[in-house]
Amino acid sequence: MKNKSLVSITDFSKEEILRIVELAAEFEANPNQKLMDDKVVSSLFFEPSTRTRLSFETAIQRLGGRIIGFTDSSSSSTSKGESLNDTIKMVSNYSDLIVMRHPLEGSARYASEVSDVPVINAGDGANQHPTQTLLDMYSIYKTQGTLDNLNIFLVGDLKYGRTVHSLLMAMSQFNPTFNFISPDSLKMPDEYKLFLDKKGIKYYEHLEFTDIIEEADILYMTRVQRERFSDPIEYEKVKNVYVLRNSMLDNTKDNLRILHPLPRVNEIHTDVDANPKAYYFEQAENGVYARMAIMASILGLK
Amino acid sequence: MTKKELSVRAIKNGTVIDHIPATHLFKVISILGLDKITDQITFGTNLKSKQQGHKAIIKVAKKYFADEDINKIALVAPFAKLNIIEDYQVVEKKVVEIPEQIVGIAKCFNPKCITNNENMTTRFSLVEKSPLALKCQYCEKITNEAHLEVL
Ligand SMILES: [Zn+2]
Repeated sequence: MKNKSLVSITDFSKEEILRIVELAAEFEANPNQKLMDDKVVSSLFFEPSTRTRLSFETAIQRLGGRIIGFTDSSSSSTSKGESLNDTIKMVSNYSDLIVMRHPLEGSARYASEVSDVPVINAGDGANQHPTQTLLDMYSIYKTQGTLDNLNIFLVGDLKYGRTVHSLLMAMSQFNPTFNFISPDSLKMPDEYKLFLDKKGIKYYEHLEFTDIIEEADILYMTRVQRERFSDPIEYEKVKNVYVLRNSMLDNTKDNLRILHPLPRVNEIHTDVDANPKAYYFEQAENGVYARMAIMASILGLK
Repeated sequence: MTKKELSVRAIKNGTVIDHIPATHLFKVISILGLDKITDQITFGTNLKSKQQGHKAIIKVAKKYFADEDINKIALVAPFAKLNIIEDYQVVEKKVVEIPEQIVGIAKCFNPKCITNNENMTTRFSLVEKSPLALKCQYCEKITNEAHLEVL
């Protein structure tokens, strides 16, 4: 993995994903390892994302690395009309690694072609956010003890949600069963179902959020966003249908864990938070260890 | 040689590219860089065709194209036919084929794609020949025939 950019989750093989997950566990057990004390990381946030940025910055600080960069494009040279090519060429001369968030799709792939140092995609518009996927994988591995043969339920906006698409692609290497729960207007796109058909992976689609979840090992919740609906009446109809309440968890499996990429709106009722099966806050913390693992392995330090 | 082909002067050695849609003649010239070469080129356009409404034809003297170069025109002239001419005789006929990698010819339909916002070369991989589907190497979205624009 040394010197390899991480732009899309499909850039990493099954073995590389497993290596990241194992390394993340190592960093969680021993978080203060100054492996990056001679490294400079460029943290380029062309659009603000406080959650992702703080997670990366914490990971860099724990590894003893130093950070240069900007937190939104108004404080960067882009606001003066500089091309992405020129910005990346400049900072790749200053640093050992680039972490980049950008509103345009495909910007991270382009940056990885232009840059002399590896690029980690921290989100390129609606396209990819592979470090989110790797932290989801680490959360699944940590709570289930394995990534293999799990029954994974994806709930909510399965049409536009890039996190569920990336998770589906990555988990498909570990023989899962998928259950999709969504309104008809936000169903899993055909291209992903065709992909699963080709790989011979079982999946089931449901319109209703019922006791079917009693079979789940992982319940991955997502936001159903108002702006996805052209018809506001349709949104009003579905917004309260895909809400998880504590009472729905009574007969679920002991090993079930509930994941959510955060921030949530109302799709997980706050009465779930105290349930030991709620895992979304720990999941966010796992992001720091997953990002430490990704950076250490790309820099060839582990 | 048919009468139709004589509507543009014959060449001794070189390549005749026939069955180009008349509307895409100048795109073909630019894709092949014919506007930058010094050898003799003759072309005819708005010629009647049985297969397509109006076609264009290009005759390039003393020039033979590598397959990978000529295949670049397949996106704008999918039915183009090549006649390789030596000493006024057709010695070989070829058709064009859409390449697996399409570099710098097509435009990504996605307005939020980096390729539409930065001065850079577009790159696609061929997903499907018919109906045409191209996957952008950058935003990973599919541009299909209905949305295809040639740069
Ligand atoms: Zn694109």
